[in-house]
Amino acid sequence: MNSQKNQMGLNRRQVAWRIAQEISEGSYVNLGIGSPELVANYIPEGREIIFHSENGILGMGPAPRPGEENGNLINAGKKPVTLLEGGSYFHHTDSFAMIRGGHIDICVLGAYQVAQNGDLANWATLDTSKPPGVGGAMDLSVGAKKIFVMMDHLTKDNEPKLMKTCSYPETGFGVVKTVFTDLAVIDIFDSKFIVREMIETLSFTQLQSKTGAQLTLSDNFKTLTPPNLD
Amino acid sequence: MINKVINFVEDTVSDVQDGAVILASGFGNAGAPNCLLEALMETNAKYLTIVSNNAGEGDYGLAALIGSGKVSKVICSYPISSGSTIFQKLYNTKKIDLELVPQGTLSERLRAAGAGIGGFYTRTSVGSLLATNKEKRQFNNIEYVLEYGLKGDFALICGKTADRWGNIIYNRSARNFGPIMATAATTTIAQVEQIVKLGEIDPEFIVTPGIYVDKVYLKK
Repeated sequence: MNSQKNQMGLNRRQVAWRIAQEISEGSYVNLGIGSPELVANYIPEGREIIFHSENGILGMGPAPRPGEENGNLINAGKKPVTLLEGGSYFHHTDSFAMIRGGHIDICVLGAYQVAQNGDLANWATLDTSKPPGVGGAMDLSVGAKKIFVMMDHLTKDNEPKLMKTCSYPETGFGVVKTVFTDLAVIDIFDSKFIVREMIETLSFTQLQSKTGAQLTLSDNFKTLTPPNLD
Repeated sequence: MINKVINFVEDTVSDVQDGAVILASGFGNAGAPNCLLEALMETNAKYLTIVSNNAGEGDYGLAALIGSGKVSKVICSYPISSGSTIFQKLYNTKKIDLELVPQGTLSERLRAAGAGIGGFYTRTSVGSLLATNKEKRQFNNIEYVLEYGLKGDFALICGKTADRWGNIIYNRSARNFGPIMATAATTTIAQVEQIVKLGEIDPEFIVTPGIYVDKVYLKK
């Protein structure tokens, strides 16, 4: 997510903050590689959330202090992490049984595109110059109880990423519940994009012009006002 | 007396034949059996198929084995980790085949093979490019795709502590594919950091019981 391009929009830390507010006490949460990892930094004080990592960890903690990294304790992005008291290790098939068996409450994923019916495209582009890679994306997309997407509202070339249908290969179909962008919080309900929150400096018409499918304003619409997080 | 401990690393993989299917544990470098992979590189075996989550990084371990030209196919979920340049170069010049499998499907296919299950139906990948030409079936009006068990000739795994019966415990998230791959191969070889006397590993905490393990090598 690029905060410099859309200066009117939220930076990625603010989007992570907004997602963190949405996660309730006691949730088992899997954070995708990249920007979604930031969500862990903004869980409100005193709210206990248990983070799952696909490579066999429950109760994953923050990054270790410099010098205390352990190559045998890493997250899905292969970066060093820690284990909280009460945490556990388990093998890969147990880890994916948690995912595929519907035991993970929320998964936060990045995406190339999301369609208005909840289709998710986040594993492959149309670029054939390098091999494809899927990792756990397809397992998470169908297995987690709720899929949150964290992404920019527009591509680097100002193309919409919220679409009628995805033009990139889909990861999962009808799976996305809520999309958190630098401009808005958008729920998917009944194959419609429902705008629940939007930043103050943007009109609904402007948001619509940046979106590749029809938007509907929620009856419970609110202004999206995160704290300053530079 | 049963003793699965092998003293010389070259004796662990000396019976790997051309065309063997090798299951290699690890998620990135955590839990990767680098000693065994590098020993395999020194054998004459070629046309190997490697089953692993990734396709190696840097120029050591799995990446070195792939770079040696002994590997004709990789079955994995994510060959595009940063530093996975050796595989990518061979792939782009069509010198190596890739079968891309979603990570959970990969681990479940191994589990199935290890448990004598021929195949199973999963929702993962339904409707996507990775389910093309695969058999579909509905259960309770939900579509599933058929996936087959994935058996290896050899599993190369990485544990923390073992005993001479081949009981193994692991090190943090380096456990990953080790316990599953151990069940899914005809011959399982473990490199470990420590070998202890029988009875020293608390039986309540043994993760891989020795029935799944054929050879144990103490990493030097």
